[in-house]
Amino acid sequence: MKKEEVPQDDGLLQGKTRDLYYVLDENGNYVSALSTGWEPKNIVMQQAWDVINESVEEAKNKVLNKEASPLLYHMEKNQMDIKLLAQYTNINKNKIKDHLKFGGLDNASEADLQSYADAFRISIDQLKSIN
Amino acid sequence: MTDIKFEHKQSAHCENGVTANLFTFHGLKISEPLVFGIGSGLFFAHMPFMKLTGIPVTGFRPMPGIIFQRAAKKLGIKMKVKTYKNPKQAMADLDANLAKGIPTGCVVGVFHLTYFPEPYRFHFNAHNLVVFKKENDLYYISDPVMENITTLTYKDFERVRFAKGTAEPKGKMYWPISVPKEVNLKKAIIKGIRKTCYDMTEIPLPFFGAKGIHYLAKQMLKWPKKMEERKALQYLGQVVRMQEEIGTGGAGFRFMYAAFLFECYTIFQDERFKQFSMEMTQIGDLWREFAIEASRLVKNRSRSGSDWESVSNLLHNIADKEQDTFERLYKLAKEWDKKL
Repeated sequence: MKKEEVPQDDGLLQGKTRDLYYVLDENGNYVSALSTGWEPKNIVMQQAWDVINESVEEAKNKVLNKEASPLLYHMEKNQMDIKLLAQYTNINKNKIKDHLKFGGLDNASEADLQSYADAFRISIDQLKSIN
Repeated sequence: MTDIKFEHKQSAHCENGVTANLFTFHGLKISEPLVFGIGSGLFFAHMPFMKLTGIPVTGFRPMPGIIFQRAAKKLGIKMKVKTYKNPKQAMADLDANLAKGIPTGCVVGVFHLTYFPEPYRFHFNAHNLVVFKKENDLYYISDPVMENITTLTYKDFERVRFAKGTAEPKGKMYWPISVPKEVNLKKAIIKGIRKTCYDMTEIPLPFFGAKGIHYLAKQMLKWPKKMEERKALQYLGQVVRMQEEIGTGGAGFRFMYAAFLFECYTIFQDERFKQFSMEMTQIGDLWREFAIEASRLVKNRSRSGSDWESVSNLLHNIADKEQDTFERLYKLAKEWDKKL
């Protein structure tokens, strides 16, 4: 790739940083150049996020339909499964499964609620809702 | 507390970048492409028997940590590496290092890495950074993929050092304890090239090297036949994500390798390295063409001009070119090996 071909398609880096590419400059020497993003990459990153967002949306609907507790929504939103959540909270996997059922959080101890809230970096009040 | 003057140099990839920045701090000035080439960082693997979030693993580099280990070994640098069970101990030991003025490499998870762009925050636990200063509750971080120095609070730093899930970092930290005054750069380079050429052309398994690219090209044609199109496209998207994710320098590290070969040309004063650098650049351009076609397919599904057959053919062509280039580069490396 030549230096003048370095893509500057804004997108997922959100202006927080830029990608570094190795490219040929006009004298045929290898140099580095920065890119704000590249469309093909934006497309496949968006594809990965669509999958995550769909799971979150599905979880939200389950909570609204009284098929699951808000814990499911927060777990999906944090890209976690039961195993990973158990690792972050030190709460037993079977216990988590109970807490995931509709109304399950009502039976959770204060300590468990705090562990979940810490893992998701939210308050206990936020944990109990899907807003 | 000692104030360390640590030069933050942005790099494409975290592991090479941390290595280059740490070695440079200790007086061995070295570029990212050189670390990458000496550490035999270029690779290809497609392993359908290994899955991450339900998608087969495709890699353009060896396992995390290996490039760094190889580069340090070939250059004769001794490293101290520590991992921990107890987070408080891990933070206390890091503080002690910083108080002594030792910039320290750390492995972290990126999901909770507060300064990272949100769309890149997945549960990936093999990111590398250098911490070089602590002021009150704040750690000063040289993260090679970031343009500028960033900071993390004690709490946020402890969390990412003890991220959970696959390949937990367990507070891993590392730093050079002895760096030789003089290194035999040429010898280290040639050894690095030989290993890469072997990996790309001679591993007797179908999953690796140029053979692995052919293998992926063949497997790919089966995907839309044996699963829903949506899933097949996720498989394809994953290949492009691995190729172009933060840190490859574009085209699955092929441009970084081209930059390395260009540096070899100046070090060895051998025009042939320059020619190989240009060949590698062309191969990188072909990988980008593949990314464009594949992402079109992802975006427009079957309605687009690209189809599975043509995307697969692009890969077969790349595989042939890489096989040929690395075979000839192998010969050049062997020729130089005899002279050194």
